[in-house]
Amino acid sequence: MAFANQLIRRLPVWAVYLLGALPAPWLFYLGLTGGLGVEPVKALEHKYGELALQLLILTLAISPLRRLLGLNLLKFRRAAGLLCFFYVLCHLLVWLVLDVQILGQILTDIAKRPYITIGMGAFVLMLPLALTSSNLAVRKLGRAWSRLHRLTYAAAVLGAAHYVMLSKGFQIEPLIYLGLVLFLLALRLAGSRWLRQAAGVGV
Amino acid sequence: MARRWTNKLTLADATPQAAFWNRRRIMAGLAGSGLAAALGSQAQAELAQAEQAGADQVLEPNTWEEVTSYCNFYEFGTGKGDPSEYAGRMTTDPWSVAIDGMVDKPGEYSFEQILGEMTLEERIYRFRCVEAWSMVVPWQGFELADLLTLAGVQEGAKYVAFETLYRPSEMPGTAYKVLDWPYREGLRLDEAMHPLTIMATGVFGQPLPNQNGAPLRLVVPWKYGFKSIKSVVRITLTDQEPPTSWNMANPREYGFYSNVNPDVSHPRWSQASERRIGGGLFARRQPTLMFNGYEAEVAALYEGMDLSEYF
Repeated sequence: MAFANQLIRRLPVWAVYLLGALPAPWLFYLGLTGGLGVEPVKALEHKYGELALQLLILTLAISPLRRLLGLNLLKFRRAAGLLCFFYVLCHLLVWLVLDVQILGQILTDIAKRPYITIGMGAFVLMLPLALTSSNLAVRKLGRAWSRLHRLTYAAAVLGAAHYVMLSKGFQIEPLIYLGLVLFLLALRLAGSRWLRQAAGVGV
Repeated sequence: MARRWTNKLTLADATPQAAFWNRRRIMAGLAGSGLAAALGSQAQAELAQAEQAGADQVLEPNTWEEVTSYCNFYEFGTGKGDPSEYAGRMTTDPWSVAIDGMVDKPGEYSFEQILGEMTLEERIYRFRCVEAWSMVVPWQGFELADLLTLAGVQEGAKYVAFETLYRPSEMPGTAYKVLDWPYREGLRLDEAMHPLTIMATGVFGQPLPNQNGAPLRLVVPWKYGFKSIKSVVRITLTDQEPPTSWNMANPREYGFYSNVNPDVSHPRWSQASERRIGGGLFARRQPTLMFNGYEAEVAALYEGMDLSEYF
């Protein structure tokens, strides 16, 4: 683990931003040139959404990975979170501009289709998180910043539920995502209880 | 070795007939799609004529690649590409269809036997998936009414139930209970006997690829695609409305009728418009037509019915 942590220390954060963002234009290019099959709009929409969910899970996994396995990815947590927001934005834009297209239908969908309402809810929750991701915001907000950023948990549950709800029939993959999110949140809950107990013993 | 049927018709033979039969025009502007070359000059002239006859719709068939690579056939997986990837392992020869229930001549009808009795013809139909995408598909097949008449429909039969092959050793998707296998569908008898309702055995003049429901499948062009059950092994005449797979899985979202209807939304998405496959990233959505454009032909079947109740 020490070796892994050493490697991680050498990897600059900007490289993670770059590598993480590259799939967006690459997938778009594939969509334009037939690489995503005969229905590129849905394919692109799903790929962006899937990447956003994966990055969300990574963001949630960083602190338990450090606590339980000693793997320190903390310096990439902001990058993972912002990249996640970036893919949510791409996902949303594809849906708005390339998929549904019609404003009236977009509004009806948001109001009437629960899985879309929930997806929009997750996006709205993530907005203040992305906007307060700078060092300045962290300093200015102080303890309120940590409280505010617990919205990540709600956004993660909504995002995974969004995927489960849009699937037809009984499908395994979306349930795995939801299971992972719930598992990571349970770890946090257990962790904070453990920390409190440890602190109690210390006193 | 059983003899397999192969269609000698080409699109060049069939398209103008179908256009005439459907009283719909096909735009001459097919240049670049590969179809322009296939359509001879005489065909072009006939098309122009059909256009002048006041036809109201544009039907331009999708490509072979689109029709055969973008499919729903959950027995092979839930991804759109899964059927074309995995359906090849399905054995379709020998094949027989059990026709039973309220018929005079119940029994196992081999695929060859059925083909020997039926007249195949070309039908170019719109195909509208409940997921709000659509294609235009040049099918070959025969009217279901002819097959049902062959078996002899008994007095009192009101519905027709269909079943897809269920063979887990050849169908990786059935390892998961995405649906309650085997896949089941049903029609009211008058829907089944309607001349638009066909059993398809081919596309583009080729035998059906496995992912499209080889060797024979139902095609009901005015209903959402999942009603057009694939790889049929059983047809049962009954006096009860038969259970159907998607309705069993989620009765709130999938009704028995499932007629294409832009005014009745699916609870999770609007059905008012659709995406024609093949338009690429920037294609505009198209308005969905009542009964998928076959209103004149089939509306009478549902006279007096509240279509938002019987959805």
